[in-house]
Amino acid sequence: MSVCTLTIDGQAVAAAAGTTVLQAAQQAGITIPTLCHLEGLSPVAACRLCLVEIAGSDRLQPACVTAVAEGQVVHSATPRLRDHRRTLIELLFTEGNHVCAVCVANGHCELQDLAVAVGMDHTRLPYRHPQRSVDLSHHRFGLDHNRCILCTRCVRVCDEVEGAHVWDVGWRGEHCRIVAGLNQPWGAVDACTDCGKCVMACPTGALFHKGDGAEEKHEEAWRLAVILRAHRAGTAP
Amino acid sequence: MKLRLATVWLTGCSGCHMSFLDLDEWLIELAALVEVVFSPIASDVKTYPEHVDVALVEGGVGTSDNLALIRQVRQHTRVLVAFGDCAITSNVPGLRNSHPGADTVLERAYLQLSDSSGCLPQAPGIVPELLEQVLPVQAVVPVDVYLPGCPPPAARIRAVLEALLRGETPVMEGAELIRFG
Ligand code: SF4
Ligand code: SF4
Ligand code: SF4
Ligand code: FES
Repeated sequence: MSVCTLTIDGQAVAAAAGTTVLQAAQQAGITIPTLCHLEGLSPVAACRLCLVEIAGSDRLQPACVTAVAEGQVVHSATPRLRDHRRTLIELLFTEGNHVCAVCVANGHCELQDLAVAVGMDHTRLPYRHPQRSVDLSHHRFGLDHNRCILCTRCVRVCDEVEGAHVWDVGWRGEHCRIVAGLNQPWGAVDACTDCGKCVMACPTGALFHKGDGAEEKHEEAWRLAVILRAHRAGTAP
Repeated sequence: MKLRLATVWLTGCSGCHMSFLDLDEWLIELAALVEVVFSPIASDVKTYPEHVDVALVEGGVGTSDNLALIRQVRQHTRVLVAFGDCAITSNVPGLRNSHPGADTVLERAYLQLSDSSGCLPQAPGIVPELLEQVLPVQAVVPVDVYLPGCPPPAARIRAVLEALLRGETPVMEGAELIRFG
């Protein structure tokens, strides 16, 4: 196994060739914020929160899909990156309807945590207040499009781990949204096994257990992490 | 000289003001340091005074009255604090913003959901008009300090007031001080 040596934020890091900058940083104890990434699912670089600067290139690169290279010099927390990250989080808050006070995920939400991490005490952008729907057709779970940030973690976990492929992404631009089956009510999709993995993978309150009230959705990140690890090791039940 | 303090109630549930009262015995210390010049919970003053040092503004801007008051507040206040999520994001009152216009909302609340006696509230000069949307305070006038939370916990309010009493601008960061919800 060949090894690359690189520096991340001034720290010398050795990583196996083929690992990503994100993985190399994590192994070295450097935290790069992520939202669409979930270790064990294929990376899609959808959220752009993990953008880093790589010396020699003007373009910012998403750390979750950029491979390490010999001699690479990576910066993960420059003022420019911090500013972009705060703006990205503000965009996520203003383009949907994130009313934390009445959300099932309040206090257990990755978006909310990231808002704190980037120092967002208010948004500098106008709120769009789109009209979005809620799908309560499934007998155990619900989907609230108001809180969906289109990270596609549900799409990938259902396809890659559960093998049911209930979810897809429909339409584009501001109409873009998660669809079940061929844009059916979730409850009408026979392929759904009711496993709840998508609910566990969802970083916000968009996917939830029916009956959960405000603040009652817990991340269960550890449960999902166990499942994803077993899946990768080929020992999943 | 005592700091001239105001608290203002726009379109909010008054929960932020209730959280202010949760400061409990610290209110007694605070009372020695400030003069409350305008507040729905601590004074019976109807017109916003001049030369206010600090104003805590609860709620979004959702009515014609809110709009007139927030402009006065800004004009006469040195440090305007957006007090709670409704002031900063429009929050729960802002849930109506996804529906087109004030009329839709009034019709839903007063006609569709009423028994047969429903009628729209109309009393010009007495009942303020709803604005088309509930706006965060910073969308209408400049804000100096953002104090998030629904409501902001008493400890968070105290931290902000203590900094302001020392003549400092509070540094708002970390989950203790800026988490929404
Ligand atoms: S998903 Fe819920 S808790 Fe998270 S940011 Fe949105 S509204 Fe707030
Ligand atoms: S429903 Fe949740 S997991 Fe799926 S795309 Fe939306 S935010 Fe991501
Ligand atoms: S922020 Fe919460 S507690 Fe404060 S007025 Fe709004 S709804 Fe009420
Ligand atoms: S975590 Fe890399 S783009 Fe979302």
